[in-house]
Amino acid sequence: MLEVSVQRRAGDFTLDVALEASSGVTAVFGPSGAGKTTLARCVAGLARPDAGRIVLNGRVLFDGTTDLAPHRRGIGYVFQEARLFPHLDVRGNLMFGAPRGEEAGPVAEMLGIADLMDRRPAGLSGGEAARVAIGRALLRQPELLILDEPLAALDARRRAAILPWLGRVREAGVPILYISHAIEEVARLADTLVLLRDGAVVRAGPLAEVLSDPVAAALMGPSQAGAVLEGVVTAVADGLAAVETPAGVLHVPGGEVGQRLRIRIRAEDIIVATARPEGVSALNVLPAVVEAVQPGQGPGVMLRLRAGEGALLARITRRSAERLSLAPGVAVWAIVKTSGVARADVGGG
Amino acid sequence: MIDLPPEAWEALALSLRVSVVATVLSLPLALWVAHLLARRQFRGKGLVDAAIHLPLVLPPVVTGYALLLLFSRAGPLGAVLEPLGLSPAFRWTGAAIAAAIMAFPLMVRAIRLAIEAVDPKLEEAAATLGLSPARVWWRVTLPMALPGVLAGVTLGFAKAFGEFGATITFVASIPGETRTLPAAIYAFLQVPGGAPGLRGLVLIAVAVAVGAVLLSNWLAPRVAARVGGR
Repeated sequence: MLEVSVQRRAGDFTLDVALEASSGVTAVFGPSGAGKTTLARCVAGLARPDAGRIVLNGRVLFDGTTDLAPHRRGIGYVFQEARLFPHLDVRGNLMFGAPRGEEAGPVAEMLGIADLMDRRPAGLSGGEAARVAIGRALLRQPELLILDEPLAALDARRRAAILPWLGRVREAGVPILYISHAIEEVARLADTLVLLRDGAVVRAGPLAEVLSDPVAAALMGPSQAGAVLEGVVTAVADGLAAVETPAGVLHVPGGEVGQRLRIRIRAEDIIVATARPEGVSALNVLPAVVEAVQPGQGPGVMLRLRAGEGALLARITRRSAERLSLAPGVAVWAIVKTSGVARADVGGG
Repeated sequence: MIDLPPEAWEALALSLRVSVVATVLSLPLALWVAHLLARRQFRGKGLVDAAIHLPLVLPPVVTGYALLLLFSRAGPLGAVLEPLGLSPAFRWTGAAIAAAIMAFPLMVRAIRLAIEAVDPKLEEAAATLGLSPARVWWRVTLPMALPGVLAGVTLGFAKAFGEFGATITFVASIPGETRTLPAAIYAFLQVPGGAPGLRGLVLIAVAVAVGAVLLSNWLAPRVAARVGGR
């Protein structure tokens, strides 16, 4: 359990943040310049807050009188660049902070770097180096792992390739503070989401709740917005998996029966109809009720829809909203374009 | 083998002893000072930096004279050491002190450059892996700067080996005690036509100097090679 409340002023920028992170992945999401890295560095002891209090599992790391050095905080930190030690091979890097008697094997196996043990960092690809950096931080047996945009230096293809490995780190059980400005990563990995903007927390809560909040969506940028649903594959046919989610059954490409998937539906990829649509190609049509209508900048409005037990976020034009007389309480049909469905294996069941 | 008279061998052996002792003794201090200059900000840093470089630009005879004042019976250090029988004046230990002071700026300079080339981000990463600052220095900074440190040691050794002005001013040129190789060359030159062994000693001096510069130039770029990469 991490409890943070820090204030820090540097030039024109003021960071004033309070947050809590318990087990699982807590994502700190925000645009660059929001103060994400400063916050992470304060928690790790690499930057000094002007005031505040940082407590990890009941241990005071920072307050008015205490200021533990980074090496005494028990926090693993994965930086944006891998920062591997060039004078050591991969094994030496992995074992660098590991307690005596610890073995690199299982972690290396988990991250798919067991074959690289004798290589020098200079000979690794960006994705490999990032995985070694993550393994190195894990092997140090941290009470908390901070991942500070560990994928930002990688191109989209490598980033996609490494995300499943991060999923496995998540299952290893170490609480993670995940710093990111990429919503796909956050939607895939996070349990709790903290939205940071201009040095302040604007929204914090369970991932699905924050992501389906139209006000938060507006802050995240309309093209980034989209709700996340988690569900279990109940059937597979024609290469499509039927996923039982709180919002109803959704059909997504691929998957195996029993697999637990997390599905992100971008707000732009939902079409809203007031009558049950006939003769449309879309496979996913869910009955829903409008919960909130949030006008944004420009011609769009953001709708929060209640579908079964789940929440969806849809972005439509203001003109459509007026034409369909959409207001809280109106029953609608949400048509989800299959292309708008991003699936991620979250493991488990 | 070069044919040398016994006094020449004596001078060579003494010079080796003096420069090894001078290098070994000043290395820890040089590492510490180089680290301070490379990594710390403190008041008077410029002054410290200048003071360390002073022996490089000061006439060596002035440095020797300063040592003489410091270690003479009435001097602040001499007054303490003399009654203990530890005074370095006119002893080979004095030659080692003079050589160490003259070699110090060269060593600090090379080591400082090597430490500055080590990315502080790596030291930061090591700290988050649970290492205290001292262990970070031992396991990251020093190993990565090692070629530069060795280059500094080589240069320092060569400088100590060739030191003449400060040494002869401080401890004179007593055969077998303080007559180092350069002092012996000077003494041999006083003999009309040059004493036997003069040429041999000159050759040795040149060989050591050239060898040291070559070795140090070969070592220095290895810092970049170690520091480079991901």
